[in-house]
Formats: sequence, structure tokens, C-alpha cells
Amino acid sequence: MTVNYETHEHDVLIIGAGGAGLRAALEAIAQGARVGLVCKSLLGKAHTVMAEGGIAAAMANVDKADDWRTHFCDTMRGGKFLNNWRMAQLHAQEAPDRVRELEQWGALFDRTPTGDILQRAFGGHTFKRLCHVGDRTGLELIRTLQDRGVQLGIDVFMECTVTRLLKDGDRIAGAFGYWREQGRFVAFKAKSIVIATGGIGKAWRVTSNSWEYTADGMALAYEAGAELMDMEFVQFHPTGMVWPPGVQGLLVTEAVRGEGGILRNKLGERFMEKYDPKRMELSTRDVVARSIYTEVREGRGTEHGGAFLDISHKPAEYVKKKLPSMYHQFKELADVDITKGPMEVGPTCHYMMGGIRVEAETAASTVPGLFAAGEAAAGLHGSNRLGGNSLSDLLVFGRRAGKSAAEFANRSSATNLDFSQLAGAEREMLAPFERNDGEFPYAIHHDLQETMGNLVGIFRNEDDLKKALSQLDVLRPRLARVRIDGSRLFNPGWHLTRDLKNMLLISEAVTRSALARKESRGAHSRIDFPNYDPLWEKKNNIIVNEGGTMTLHERPVPEIPAELKQLLEEKK
Amino acid sequence: MADAILRVFRGDNSGGKAVDYRVPLAPGMVILDALHSIQAHQSPDLAVRWNCKAAKCGSCSAEVNGRPRLTCKTRMDSLPLDEPITVSPLKAFPVIKDLVTDVSWNYKVNKKIPAFQPRPNVEWKMDQRDVDRVQEFRKCIECFLCQNVCHVLRDHAKHESFGGPRFFVRAAGLEMHPLDGVSRTALLKNELGIGYCNITKCCTEVCPEEIHITDNAIIPLKERVVDEFYDPVTMLFRKLRGT
Repeated sequence: MTVNYETHEHDVLIIGAGGAGLRAALEAIAQGARVGLVCKSLLGKAHTVMAEGGIAAAMANVDKADDWRTHFCDTMRGGKFLNNWRMAQLHAQEAPDRVRELEQWGALFDRTPTGDILQRAFGGHTFKRLCHVGDRTGLELIRTLQDRGVQLGIDVFMECTVTRLLKDGDRIAGAFGYWREQGRFVAFKAKSIVIATGGIGKAWRVTSNSWEYTADGMALAYEAGAELMDMEFVQFHPTGMVWPPGVQGLLVTEAVRGEGGILRNKLGERFMEKYDPKRMELSTRDVVARSIYTEVREGRGTEHGGAFLDISHKPAEYVKKKLPSMYHQFKELADVDITKGPMEVGPTCHYMMGGIRVEAETAASTVPGLFAAGEAAAGLHGSNRLGGNSLSDLLVFGRRAGKSAAEFANRSSATNLDFSQLAGAEREMLAPFERNDGEFPYAIHHDLQETMGNLVGIFRNEDDLKKALSQLDVLRPRLARVRIDGSRLFNPGWHLTRDLKNMLLISEAVTRSALARKESRGAHSRIDFPNYDPLWEKKNNIIVNEGGTMTLHERPVPEIPAELKQLLEEKK
Repeated sequence: MADAILRVFRGDNSGGKAVDYRVPLAPGMVILDALHSIQAHQSPDLAVRWNCKAAKCGSCSAEVNGRPRLTCKTRMDSLPLDEPITVSPLKAFPVIKDLVTDVSWNYKVNKKIPAFQPRPNVEWKMDQRDVDRVQEFRKCIECFLCQNVCHVLRDHAKHESFGGPRFFVRAAGLEMHPLDGVSRTALLKNELGIGYCNITKCCTEVCPEEIHITDNAIIPLKERVVDEFYDPVTMLFRKLRGT
């Protein structure tokens, strides 16, 4: 091997610099580890900034009766009991401390009249539980963690994409990637790695996700031998923008409904009375998304195929104060003044409940030295995530992953990088430049989004899912013949080509899992199997790479201990 | 609908030229949509940064018809479409390729600013009115449009001795935090060169978050610097104490 790669060595390498990656990095540093943090974008631009509504934590600042037990029960009920109970318990117990810690690092939340952190109502949460900053909570969270990281001196590798995990025997040894700006290759040597790369929203056309959400971490982990779990559960947020076309899918925060927003169809009917008369607009996301979809399909949608969401009955100043970015977003992008009239909204692909299977306490995957947290990991949310539980997930399990990865690195010897693995990774990246015909990657991305949107959407059936699998079979060879124009210098077409490989792989995992689960539960709705099946409540679908073949197994859902089972009974 | 012509800078740090692209218009289209259309159908290697497409991340900054803008928020129908729309990279930072510039200098400046440190034994209670004042600064999405338009950086290239509006906003957010116990006035005076700012308010005008950068951040910070370093009574007191 003659090529010398730029090489960096750390104890712990963290891939992804959203909330989970940053929180993991801070904790690994606190444990004394040398930490590297790699991210595809500039630092502080990760999708966490788009989280608007708040962080769910049972602080009981507003509703005194709240405690971790109720939060635990809400999370399990929202996930339709497919959740890993221990993750749901740890999450509910630790979230308040993680929020206080943010405040001690300089975050400024909205306040109650007595000067405490204010909490708002959200779908599926029994009490007012979401600590928030207007409708830009995610920005506050990421900026606070980022500033803390800068203060502690984390090594950050911005605009750098990892394309392969390297192994030393069974264990993780490092990673290979490229600098997006210059196109140079880079190798990272590490004793442990934390994956915090988010989800796969970009495989759907109507999505709230940015270009970064291409399932990178799930694909990297899968290729390194890790198990993926619950991949059939893709959350469609009920309220994305539907008009104009350029902003279709853009998130409209659940905080609009949390603050009293009302959903109506074109006939003026408050249709949630039909679907969930008790919780109405603040039902769980799976229910509200299906309700809006059904209204539109049955001909009661708005002009642009959505529902009306109205907050204009609240005083204009209150709306501007509590939902400032929604006010500007609609005013500037859709010519709608939300203090005067309704918004048009419809479901948008938003979040992946499934991901890398991890141990609850340690966030360890099934590959030694590989950890995962945040959206890239599975387990906490079961079949449907409650709004606000994502930011708290990032903090609670980001911290746990960072801690475990540092401990793992501490007790491990140095790893060796295998140059044949590096060379293989490099060859893969250079191959598209060797072709001077073929189609642009954007056309393939477009067709993937159509396939997933039309055939693996909110409502599914066997025929559609099988058709999706055969369309993915057609897309794969097309991707292998793609053409790249220009050089390696900041070349988005080249970047997309690599990202597409991850999206195709994980889209297949989603589709295969969806085909296997012959019931409807949470975010997975089968028209041909419309009911819950108690047998499926006991099983998680697992996807694993067996000798190059994607293989699906069932795995029993961990048994809930008696005292928590009793709690769930009591809080019914 | 008709077409629009985008005149986009194509090149790298060794130079380049503006190239015209014809793009079909759609209702509500923004400049970033047009750039994506060029990538998808005409030039897949057109370099542009973007993330949220909702004016929340500050990645897609560029100069549209000579004016610093977020391209995700600049509606095509707000511009005259009978002539080409020029789209160029931010002028105050070196070009990497096309519309992507090297903004790493900002991250270096940021490292100079001491983080939030609570006063000893504070009680974690705050009044919403005190929080409001600081939350304005914390709205900043780091699009660096204010940095790009500031004369001290854009025309005089004082990057070595000046922090720029973005970091006065960050410093203000820390200095005015109700529970913060660190003073950053010496840093503002010496290393961030706040004295160079002659309050022309160009930064405030381009801020997509409508932060009153000059009035609410820079002027109060300048006053703190003056109070600490140039107040005659304090100066005399300092002289007498020999500090």
C-alpha cells in the first residue's frame, strides 16, 4: 500500500454533531478521552436546529403532579409497548437532570411566573412537560452544547463525510471518509465510535429533513455487522407545509397545536372529533397524521391537498411571541399571516423510530466498540415517538453513549488500521469518476423518493411493499452506473452518489421490515392488516447483514418487570 | 409559468466567471430552489451549502443581486425577472468553490470568547423579562451575513483584529445573561476590536432574524467598555491605585 492518508487518532470518534453527537462528545471528554467529532455540515447546522417544540422532561414546574413514572407510561403508550422498557425508564428518569445541566451551561428557556423553566402541552403527554424556547428549542440546545464543546476544546472535523467503518478483527478500529470541501480522503483511528447521524428522511420526497438525513450511520453500522431494529417504523409528522411546492414538507411545529391550534377540513369540520375525541389535536402523531391523510383521501382536503391548522383565535401578539419562526415562515414563504388565518398542512416524513439496536444502559451496538445514540439508534420510542421525546433522547442517550464509548476505549488496547480496507473504501469513492456516460445521481434520488413516498408511506399493503422492493432492485444497478461531472472539489453530485448508496440500502431494510410486520401498530399502518396483533406486540424485527445478504429475524421484545407493568395498569 | 435566468458565479479560489442558467419558475419559488434545479438538471457539481431550507440554520447565505441574503428565504417573485438574477458567494470570505466560501475564520473567533459561567451559588430562577433581552441574541443562526456586510471586514479586511457583529451578539448574549459571572469587556476592547465599529447598522439591516445588532448588542457593549476603560473617575481611581 503506497498511499498515505491524512490520519487522525482518538480514543473516541463521534460521527454526527447534532444534539446526540455533541452530548456524547462532551461526556467522553468529561471521562478523560481524546475525542474527535466528525460532521457532514458546518458545526451547529445539524437537523437538531429544526426541532422546535421543546424537550420533554418531567420537571413538574407547571403541572406539579408530573413525575418520571407518568412520562414513562406516556412514552410506552405512545410507542404501543414495542419500546425497550429500560430505555423508556432511563429516559424519563434522567431527562430533568439533562435539562438542568443545559441551563447550567447557559441555555435560556422560557420562564414560569415564579422564574422556573416553563413547560408546554404536547401530543401524547399527560402533563405540560416540554421545556422550550419559543419555537426554536433545538437551536438553543445545539448552540449551548456547541459552545460548551468549543470551551472544552473538542477536535471538530467539519464538512467531512464518513463512508466506511474500519475493523480490526471483530472490533471497531476507525473510519474512512472524505473532506467535502477539497475531496481529499481521510482516515480516523479510534478505539471506539459513536454513531449519531440521525435518520433517513431524505429517501422520501415530502420530508421535513435536510440533505444530511441519508441513513449514513445505519448503513455504516449494518455494513460493519451491527443489527438494525424496528426499521418499519417511520414517523410522518402530521403537519408539514403543503404549499407552495418548494416548501412542501417543511415542518410546522406541533407547538402550534400545543398552544391551542385547531385542525379543520375544507368543510370547516373539526375532524379530530371523529378520530380521537378525547385528545383531539393533541393525539399522538401517528393518529393525527393518519386522520389528515384520510380526510384528504376522502375528498375533504384543502385546495393544495392538506388540512387547515388555525391558531388565529389566539391574540396576535401571543402567537408572535410563542411561535415566532412559524409566523415568519408562513409570512415569507407562503404569504400567509397565521395570526389572521389558517395554515395549510399535511403529513411529512419526519423521524425514524428504528435504527441500530443498542443496549439500554450503555448504548452499545452488537459490534464491539460501536455505540449509537439519538435517531440513529432504536428502542426508546417503540412504534411511534412522542413529540418532545427526541431532544430528551439526544441528551440522555448521547451522554450514555459518550460515557460508555470512553470507558470502552479506556479498557481497550490500540487498534490497527488495515490498509486493504482503506484502499477498498478509496476505490469505491473514485469509481464514479471513471465513467463519462450514465445519468446524473439526482434522477435516481428523485425516483427513490417517489418509490418510498408512493409505496412505503403512511398506509401500506403487501402489493405496494413488494413493488417497492422490485423498484429498489432496479435503482441499485442504475446507481452503479451513475456519472459525475467536475472534480472532487466540493462536488454535490459526487456526495449525493455516495449518500444514495446508504439510502437505497436502508430503504430496503425499511421495506422488508414493513412487509414482515403483518399488523398495524403506531406509525406502521397496513391496510391489509388493519388491527393490532398481540403476537406482534412481543416481537421486534431485526435486520442484519449475513454474508452480504440482508436478512430479517424476529427478536422477543424485552419483558417489562412486574412493578412497571403494574404502573402501566394503574396509569391507564 | 415563465423562466428566469440565474447568473451564478462558477469558480474557485483561483478565479471564475458568472454563468447563466435558465430555470423554469414555480409558484413561491426561492433562489435555493432554483439552485437545486440547476444541480439536478444542468450542473450536478454546482457547489452550494444548505440544510434546513427554512431560515433556521443559516447555511445558504449568498449575495443575490448584490445583496447578502439567505437563498432559502429569497423569493424569486420579489426580484425583477426581466433581467438575470445574479448569485455570488459572500465577499468577505475566501471562495472555496462556486457559492461555498471558507467561513472557518468565524469559528476561530468564537473560540476566543469565554463561555457562560454562573456566579457562585446562584439560584436558578430568572425573570422572563430578563430572559427576553438575551433570547433576542440567542436567535442568531450564524448565517454570517452580518460579518459579510460589515465594512471593517468586507472593505478593510481587519479579520485579525476585529470580531465582527456576530461575535458581539454572542458576547452580548453572555454579558447580559442574568446569571453570568464573567466579564468580557477587556476582550471586546482588545481582541475583538469593538472600537472599530462605527455603528452604521449595515449588520442590523441584513440580519434575517431581525436582531437589533447595533442598538441592542453593540452599543450597550461599547458603553460597558467605555465605562470600564475610559470613564474619567475610574481612570483617575485606577491611576491612584496604580493598576
